[in-house]
Amino acid sequence: MPTVTMRVNGKTVSGEVEARTLLVQFLREHLRLTGTHVGCDTSQCGACVVHVDGNSAKSCTMLAVQAIDADITTIEGLADGETLHPMQEAFRNNHGLQCGFCTPGMVMSAVDLVNKNPTASETEIREWLEGNICRCTGYHNIVKSIQEAAENVGG
Amino acid sequence: MPDGVIGTGIGAVVKRVEDFRFLTGNGNYTDDINRPGQTYAYMLRSPHAHATINSIDTAVAEAAPGVVAVFTGDDMQVGGLPCGWQIHSEDGSPMHEPPHPSLAQGKVRHVGDQVAVVIAETLEQAKTAATLINIDYGILPAVMDMKAAEAGGTLVHEEIETNKCYDWGIGDKSAVDEALASSAHITEIDIVNNRLIPNAMEPRAAVAEFNKATSEYTVYTTSQNPHVIRLLMGAFVLSVPEHKLRIIAPDVGGGFGSKIFLYAEETIITWASTKVGRPIKWTAERSESFMTDAHGRDHVTHAKLGMDENGIFTALKVETYANMGAYLSTFATSVPTYLYATLLAGVYKTPVIYANVKAIFTNTVPVDAYRGAGRPEASYLLERIVDRAAREMGIEQVDIRQRNMISADAFPYQTPVALEYDSGDYQATLASAMKLAETSGFDLRKKESQARGKKRGIGYSTYIEACGIAPSAVAGALGARAGLYESAEVRVHPTGSVTVFTGSHSHGQGHETTFAQIVSEQLGIPIENIEINHGDTGNVQFGMGTYGSRSLAVGGEALLRATNKIIDKASKIAAHCLEAAVDDIEFKEGNFTVSGTDKSMAFGEVALTAYVPHNFPHDELEPGLDETAFYDPANFTFPGGCHICEVEIDPETGVTEVKNFTAVDDIGRVINPMIVEGQVHGGVAQGIGQALLEGCSYDSDGQLLTGSYMDYTMPRADNVPNFKVGTQSTLCTHNTLGVKGVGEVGAIGSPPAVINAIVDALSDMGVTDISMPATPSKVWQSIQSAKASS
Ligand code: FES
Ligand code: FES
Repeated sequence: MPTVTMRVNGKTVSGEVEARTLLVQFLREHLRLTGTHVGCDTSQCGACVVHVDGNSAKSCTMLAVQAIDADITTIEGLADGETLHPMQEAFRNNHGLQCGFCTPGMVMSAVDLVNKNPTASETEIREWLEGNICRCTGYHNIVKSIQEAAENVGG
Repeated sequence: MPDGVIGTGIGAVVKRVEDFRFLTGNGNYTDDINRPGQTYAYMLRSPHAHATINSIDTAVAEAAPGVVAVFTGDDMQVGGLPCGWQIHSEDGSPMHEPPHPSLAQGKVRHVGDQVAVVIAETLEQAKTAATLINIDYGILPAVMDMKAAEAGGTLVHEEIETNKCYDWGIGDKSAVDEALASSAHITEIDIVNNRLIPNAMEPRAAVAEFNKATSEYTVYTTSQNPHVIRLLMGAFVLSVPEHKLRIIAPDVGGGFGSKIFLYAEETIITWASTKVGRPIKWTAERSESFMTDAHGRDHVTHAKLGMDENGIFTALKVETYANMGAYLSTFATSVPTYLYATLLAGVYKTPVIYANVKAIFTNTVPVDAYRGAGRPEASYLLERIVDRAAREMGIEQVDIRQRNMISADAFPYQTPVALEYDSGDYQATLASAMKLAETSGFDLRKKESQARGKKRGIGYSTYIEACGIAPSAVAGALGARAGLYESAEVRVHPTGSVTVFTGSHSHGQGHETTFAQIVSEQLGIPIENIEINHGDTGNVQFGMGTYGSRSLAVGGEALLRATNKIIDKASKIAAHCLEAAVDDIEFKEGNFTVSGTDKSMAFGEVALTAYVPHNFPHDELEPGLDETAFYDPANFTFPGGCHICEVEIDPETGVTEVKNFTAVDDIGRVINPMIVEGQVHGGVAQGIGQALLEGCSYDSDGQLLTGSYMDYTMPRADNVPNFKVGTQSTLCTHNTLGVKGVGEVGAIGSPPAVINAIVDALSDMGVTDISMPATPSKVWQSIQSAKASS
């Protein structure tokens, strides 16, 4: 079985996995980082989004061995202790989550959007979220959260 | 009663208590739970819609690497999954209730039916071994079309000798026929309420373990109502008494009805956990969710609405075929009867109504409650036929509604279909929605769309629903096999902090915040000092759970009553300590004061006295401060409102865009406006999903064509607009809080508004009907056929 080593939330981790192990399985089952969720089997819901070398990626659509030596950030690595990341804070402030299941992927995806396009319009935000499904919120408050976070980050 | 004291009481926008854990990845969902020595279950499912099982050979699979056990229906001889509501047909006969085994017994009845379970050291090993099971199926024709199934032919369940579960009716049929015969005009409509797949984002999952030392089962499961699961699984399927069966529904990632029911998989692994002597985990893959979570809606209806020459409704006659799927799911039978036909008066004064409902078995996934459950089907039917009636009579949409609405001074209002509405002001919600939607500017917006080659339309829906289910006595008389009350325990700790145990379950609704607001308001203590505990039958005294928008109206009221008991007892303790008569004690802002004096005791001091009872009225009271209330409501609650949708259609492509969506709902008193808006947003998005995007589809062999997110269209962020949401409340008259419920209003009110808007946009081209989901190809086709026939 191959051994994989990567940095996850700033810490170097390694483990022995079957070659077919997905990154999300490695995170959830080997590292017990269960904040990253699995909501589908066709790479569409986005509940599994993490950052791989600074870019959002669906961890259900990547093998753990593809992430060897990569720098991974999961939802658990976003806040600074008790201080939430501005995106997390904005979701809380704008009721951008209900059941919380899509939330980790939504937040990770949104952070990447704002990093790349701090002045994203409402249309751009909605289009960016194509790959993240939420059944609870109707997206209204998610969009509002992202807009607020973008403003706060932008200054 | 807005809170002026500490800002966390009733009516305050309080940010959610639960969000921190969800936002930091610290939620605790069922699949996040792992038990020492855990094994993994994989369900082998039927690839056929309808087939006999001639033989199953599991020998090779059992010998495969990592396999712990393989079980089939022959091994699992236990009770069937029960149905919780008995319906009687019009002729008085009880409904047909064929067995619903967890593992197939000699026959499979829908694609996805469980045939065997493989339990192995890893999930991959279980899956691999499942491919080694050899099954000889005898394929039978699939029963798919409800009307053909009613006529006979192939039977889903031979033992009941029919495909009809029941043939039920409500209302005065002959009075309706008479009134229709003398009506000036009759509007008719054929309606299909499209079958939906709920798709909570968290797939169903369960972890079951059996403790040999205590003979106790512990089952973690994705449920909206753990006590109901305990009762059904323990008493009906596995014969395990309640005190030996603990059901825990931890954080649950959305339900929308689909997680009410007792499912085969959780019973299979609970049963198997004693056989293998180790914990077992099962988690659905999304494709399993598609083919095993109970589906929603699926009605085929013909209706006639009679009117006099002024468009005043004289009678309504409805005939509905309701698909039950292959087996009766837990509450399936109540959905197209008492949750549907009793709502057919809507907000209108229609004097006589008759509805007939035929429930039919087919070789499809069982159909049961999905957000709204019966009430969206009723509102869709009514609001579509009213829309059509207006067009046929040449009356404005708003006008025909206003002419027929029950007036604000007519409450309590007895409908001809069993319900008595307690309060409402439908004209007011309509007026307020029109203002918020700026309907006066619609003509201008339509012109502007026209200039860009687009067709713009506006659609209305003035709907009502019955929720807060329900008075147990009424439900029982109608066939419910359960009580429908709720319970709450308020445990005050010695230093004055409080733990609440509620039988309601939160899976997105935010009870940890709103229920704490009720306690904060009542006891005058800050929200940080209150913990809301739910979801564990090992902690919570009892509960009927969360569905039918009942948590606040039933569970919240139970909580309020428990806090009143706390205040009563605490007042007596304070009176004793302050040497005053209890009638002279006033409780305000967290302090017990002897009226007219400055003698007072803080809530925390009273709590401490209750647990350190050195100076205590022992002859009158027991120590401690811990009270429980069970609340059984006197009636349903009746939220209602008005939804207005504006769409813009590109006639070249048939693409429909929702430009504006406005919802003004009467949900009674609002505990947390932020959460209320969120509930409406989510419900409306699901309603827009039903109207434009979502539709479960089977082929004639019973193969599920929409079995993944590749082919079942979920609403995405760019399919919906920002919503305009308002409330216009009258208070519920029979609960102290005055609350009605908000969970389902969005999904109930919105679909007809969207479809009516599309019909409006295309009416000048001759389009009079469009079915859900109104996909671009369907819209384009109806434009083409309207053109061709004009
Ligand atoms: S789990 Fe659905 S996209 Fe990864
Ligand atoms: S908050 Fe429940 S799925 Fe998005």
